[in-house]
Amino acid sequence: MKLLNQSIKYFSISLLVIISLWAIVFYFNMLSEIKSSVDEGLENYKRQIVYRAENDSTLLQQHTFEEGFFTIHEISQEKAMRFKDRYIDTMMYMQDADDEEPELEPVRMLTTAFEHEERYYELSIINSMVEEDDLVKEMLWETIFLYVFLVAGIILLNNIVLRRLWKPFYDFLSQLKSYRLGSSKQLPQVETTTKEFNDLQQAVTTLLLHSIESYEHQKQFIGNASHELQTPLAIATNKLELLIEQGNLKEQDAGSISEVLEIIQRLVRLNKSLLLLTKIENKQFLDNQLISINEIAKQSCEDLEEMASFKHVTLSIVERAELKVEMDTSLATIIVSNIVRNAVFHNHDHGSVEVVVSEQSIRIINTGHPFPLDAEKVFTRFYKSELEQGGSGLGLAIVKAICSMYGYSVVYAFEEQKHCFEIQFRS
Amino acid sequence: MKILVVEDEKELLKNIVDSLTKEHFVIESASDFRSASDKIGLYDYDCILLDIMLPGGNGLELLEQLKQSGKADNVIIISAKDSLDDKLKGLELGADDYLTKPFHIAELNARVKAVLRRNKQDGKNTIELANTVLDLQDRLFLVNGESVPLNRKEFDILNYFLFNKNRLVTKTALAEHVWGDNIDQADNFDFIYYQIKNLRKKLTDSNSELEIEAVYGIGYKLVEK
Repeated sequence: MKLLNQSIKYFSISLLVIISLWAIVFYFNMLSEIKSSVDEGLENYKRQIVYRAENDSTLLQQHTFEEGFFTIHEISQEKAMRFKDRYIDTMMYMQDADDEEPELEPVRMLTTAFEHEERYYELSIINSMVEEDDLVKEMLWETIFLYVFLVAGIILLNNIVLRRLWKPFYDFLSQLKSYRLGSSKQLPQVETTTKEFNDLQQAVTTLLLHSIESYEHQKQFIGNASHELQTPLAIATNKLELLIEQGNLKEQDAGSISEVLEIIQRLVRLNKSLLLLTKIENKQFLDNQLISINEIAKQSCEDLEEMASFKHVTLSIVERAELKVEMDTSLATIIVSNIVRNAVFHNHDHGSVEVVVSEQSIRIINTGHPFPLDAEKVFTRFYKSELEQGGSGLGLAIVKAICSMYGYSVVYAFEEQKHCFEIQFRS
Repeated sequence: MKILVVEDEKELLKNIVDSLTKEHFVIESASDFRSASDKIGLYDYDCILLDIMLPGGNGLELLEQLKQSGKADNVIIISAKDSLDDKLKGLELGADDYLTKPFHIAELNARVKAVLRRNKQDGKNTIELANTVLDLQDRLFLVNGESVPLNRKEFDILNYFLFNKNRLVTKTALAEHVWGDNIDQADNFDFIYYQIKNLRKKLTDSNSELEIEAVYGIGYKLVEK
C-alpha cells in the first residue's frame, strides 16, 4: 500500500473514532443545554401564571391541558408545604403543525405549588421538548457529512501536499532502483531541502560508496591474486619439466612428478579462467567491431574437427542466415568455442554436435548424457555435474559473464534427448 | 648465440638459464632494472627475454631504450599480466613476441628459436635435421629430398619438436601449442597419443632418421636415430 493511501487509511479510521466520540458528547451536552433553557422558560411561565392568577382567578379553574399549557389543582396546605419544584420528562398527546393527528410527543413538565388567597394550588406547566430521535437522526447526518467532508479534504490535501513533499523521495527511489553496482556511474541524487531526505541521501551515499569500494577490492583481489600466482606456477612447472628432462628417474618417481605436473596444469587453467572472468567483469575487452558469428562458428568447428573425429563425434554447422554482431573478436570466439568444445567433450561415441547459426541466434545442439543438466546452475561458477570431472567448472560461467556484459541471453534446454545451448544476440 | 635474460624472480631466472644453457647458448642474466639497462647499453644480444615488472623500473622502458638503439626486434616479453594493453604496447615498441607466465620450457625454447631464426640474415626459412628438411615457408616436409604429406596439425607438431630437438616436450605443452585453448580437458592425452602415433608412422614409413621417443609417459622427445 502506498504511503499516501496508508496515511489516508489511518486518518480516516482515527477521524471516524474522534468524530463519533465528539458527536456523542456533543449530543448530550446539547440535550442538557436545551433542557436547562426549557426549564428556564418554564420557570418564567410559572411566575407569569402565579402573577396573572392574582388578578384573574379563572385561571385557577384550568384543570386540564386541553385549553393551555398548564393545569392548576388545589391541594392541601400540608402537601403544599412539602412541595418542591420538580422538572420531569414525560410524554403527552399533542398535535404538531406537521402531524395529521395527535401523537405522543416528549414534553418537559414543571410541577410546583403556590399560595393564592390562603389556598394552596399545585401548578403543572408543560413545554414541548425537542424530539430526541429527530435530534439523533439529524446529528447522525451532520456527523456523516462532516466526516465525509473531512476525509475528502484529507485525500485532497494528501494528494497535493504529500505528493509534493514526497516527490524528492520518489525521485530518489527510482534512481536507486535503476542503480547497478559496478555499472552505474552516477550515485542517486536529488535536490531537496527536507532534512530527512538529505539524511537518507547521505546515508545511502555512504553505504553505496562502501559497497563500491568492497566491490572494487573484491575484483582487484581476484585479479591480483591470480597475477601473483602466475610466477610461482611458472617456476613449479619449469622446475618439474627440467627435473624430468634430466632423466635418471625411476619410473615410479617420474609417475609421481607427472601427476604433480598435471595438478599444477589444472591450477594454471583455473587461474587463467579466473583472470579471464576478472577481465570480463572489469570490461578490459572493449575492442568491439562488426564480426561474423558464422565465421567464428566455422573457425571453432575447424579447431575442434580432429578432436571430434577422434571421439567419433559428427560436428556439423548449419548456416540459416548471416549473423553479424558488434563485439570483441576474442570474446566472441570464447563464447562459441567454449560451448562447442563442451558439446564435443561431453558427448558419447558416435554422437553428434550441430551448430545452427540463424538470424539472431546461435544454437549448439549435442547428444550426450541422457539426463538434462540443471538449467539454473549450469552457468554458475564451479558447477560440475556428477558425471563430468576434470573441467575447470568455469567455461560456461565465462560464457554467461560475456553474454551479460553485452546484454545477450544464453539459455540451456534439454530437447528430444539432446542438450541445447542457445545464445540470443538480439532481443 | 648470446641471450640476455631479464627476470627478477630468482628461481624462474635459474630455470630459464638452465634450460637455455642446454641449447648451448651463451646466457647472461640481470635481475633488476639497473643492471639490465647497463647490459643492454654495453652489449649486443641475439635475443633478450624481458620481464615487464622489475624492481627499479618498468621493462617497457628498457624496450624503449632498445628501440632507440634499433635493437628491439629480438625481444621476447615475459609477463604475468596477460593484458592486451601491455601486449599491444610491447609489440608496438618493437618486441618480437609476448609470452605469458606460466609457460612451458618447451614453449620458451620454441619462441627463442623462432626469434633467432627470424633475425638470421641468410633468408633461409628451413630447419634441417638428419635426412629431413622442414620448410616453414611452404609448409613442406622433405625426407631424403622427397616430400612427405603432413596435415596441418602434424606439421605444427613436427615443427614444435624440431625447435625442441633432444628436449622434453610434455603432452600439455604440445596440446597448448598446437591446439591452443581447445583442449584443456583431462581426456586430451589419448588424443595426443593418437596424433603422435600417426606422425610416428609417417616418419617410419618415409624412412626418416627422426624418432619421437616417449618420456616416462609424460611427454615426448625428438631424437636422431
